[in-house]
Amino acid sequence: MNAAESTARIAVEVKELTVRFGDHLALENVSLSVPHGAFVAIVGPNGAGKSTLLKVLLGLVTPTAGEVRVFGSPPNRVDPQKVGYVPQFKTLDRTFPALAEELVVSGLRRSWPVRIAKEEYEAARRVLERVGAGHLLGRTVSRFSGGELQRVYLARAFVRRPDLVMLDEPATGIDMLGEADMYRLLEDYQKETGATLLMITHDWEAAYHHATHVVVLNRRLVGFGPPERALSERCLREAFGHVGHAHGISLSFGGGDRA
Amino acid sequence: MLMVFRCPLGVATVLEIWSLPFMQRALLAGLAMALLAGYYGPFVVQRGLSFLGSGLAHAAFGGVALGLLLGVEPLWVAFPFTAGVALGITWVQGRTHIRGDTAVGIFFAFSMALGILFLSLKREYTAEAFTYLFGSILAVSPADLWASSVLLALTALTLPLWGRWAYATFDRELAAADRVPVILDDYLLAVLVALVVVVAIKLVGLLLVAAFLVIPAAAARQWSRTFSGMVVGAVIVGGLSVVAGLMASYSYNLPSGAAVVLLQALIFTVSALFMRRI
Repeated sequence: MNAAESTARIAVEVKELTVRFGDHLALENVSLSVPHGAFVAIVGPNGAGKSTLLKVLLGLVTPTAGEVRVFGSPPNRVDPQKVGYVPQFKTLDRTFPALAEELVVSGLRRSWPVRIAKEEYEAARRVLERVGAGHLLGRTVSRFSGGELQRVYLARAFVRRPDLVMLDEPATGIDMLGEADMYRLLEDYQKETGATLLMITHDWEAAYHHATHVVVLNRRLVGFGPPERALSERCLREAFGHVGHAHGISLSFGGGDRA
Repeated sequence: MLMVFRCPLGVATVLEIWSLPFMQRALLAGLAMALLAGYYGPFVVQRGLSFLGSGLAHAAFGGVALGLLLGVEPLWVAFPFTAGVALGITWVQGRTHIRGDTAVGIFFAFSMALGILFLSLKREYTAEAFTYLFGSILAVSPADLWASSVLLALTALTLPLWGRWAYATFDRELAAADRVPVILDDYLLAVLVALVVVVAIKLVGLLLVAAFLVIPAAAARQWSRTFSGMVVGAVIVGGLSVVAGLMASYSYNLPSGAAVVLLQALIFTVSALFMRRI
């Protein structure tokens, strides 16, 4: 494989990334390469810099040092249509008057719709039905449950058919059935489009079972690689100070893949 | 059949009321205000900036007082003064670790203090200042109507930005991730709201001007299922309250600003009590 082909197969490239907010060091010297089509789970304790890493990749935070490339370009130069973002649904302002289809069409337009064109409505309907939320059409989002909101947010991200989907703790606050459904939808979307998925999660077990790669962060990169290597006892102890729920996962505690 | 209103001086018909030039000016200024405040109000309310309208109105007092001191048309000084304060509030919000309401509170007090200082420096009695505090339909001049028209035209030019403003109002981070220039838009919206506040001062007075931005939008929220519907609703509530409030003001010799705002509050109360929460 030549260099050009190799670059083309890398969706996200992070080299020696450091982010500081004043005196606070959020990320230090993080380097990793995410191949196209990977399902990457980002785990780490609170304050580990997981959200900061995602915001750097979205172009919302400027690195203090280091280089970041998304599809070969700086994050703020990437065509936004190529990237879908699913924020934590708990951040939703429930006082804002909005219909499910408006939220989905905002993902299509990258703007809030005054009126929805027929073809936009059809696109919203199709994608909402696809995520099992067709019944939410015409309903206001302020009354949705966590699971319903998560589906609408997924539909909003999928509607633009992105090559990279970034999710910030998508399973937080939804029940186990909803969580299983969400992973099925993500995996179906990935199979269909070959997209790359980057997901922040606190659930090591979900990371182990669903991700192809796991990033273990604690401001520095503690581990990166396939789940059975990145979620090694040594990496988890280094990041979290314990292995906690990982005892319940059939992990092969090897040496880990230190970056 | 014409509607008939009783007033202390006799019987006045709707046509008689609106045939008076000062009432026509007041109506035009009031409807322009309803349109402008109805358009910007939902952004103010949904962004949690209701206090901004009040703060900017008090800031405008500093500009009005400076105009009175310098002997120039107070509103022409109030426009840049209030816009400057709006930019200052937005800058402080973005650059410091204080909450938005605190930033508004600081500028509000600073501008009021300046206003009081300016008035104290003027040697003769400044009764005109009270016109700006409480508003008066008699005070609306053709120049004020021109100012409203210019602001309406300016607002029409920003119509293409409505979608991205609404998007950032819904979720600032999502909008920023989609390359919406949210910081630039914050400044733009703050300046436009400041201009609306200054234009409204003559009609309703700076003590009540914030109500125009907040109450129609809050009332419309009670029955709106969409943000665009909330904007239309706010314009309708504002327009109805202006027409009915001015007629009540003329017929019963009530302060115009108070009459309009009390009607808005009544509409909000009815909406909150009887509309199913959406």
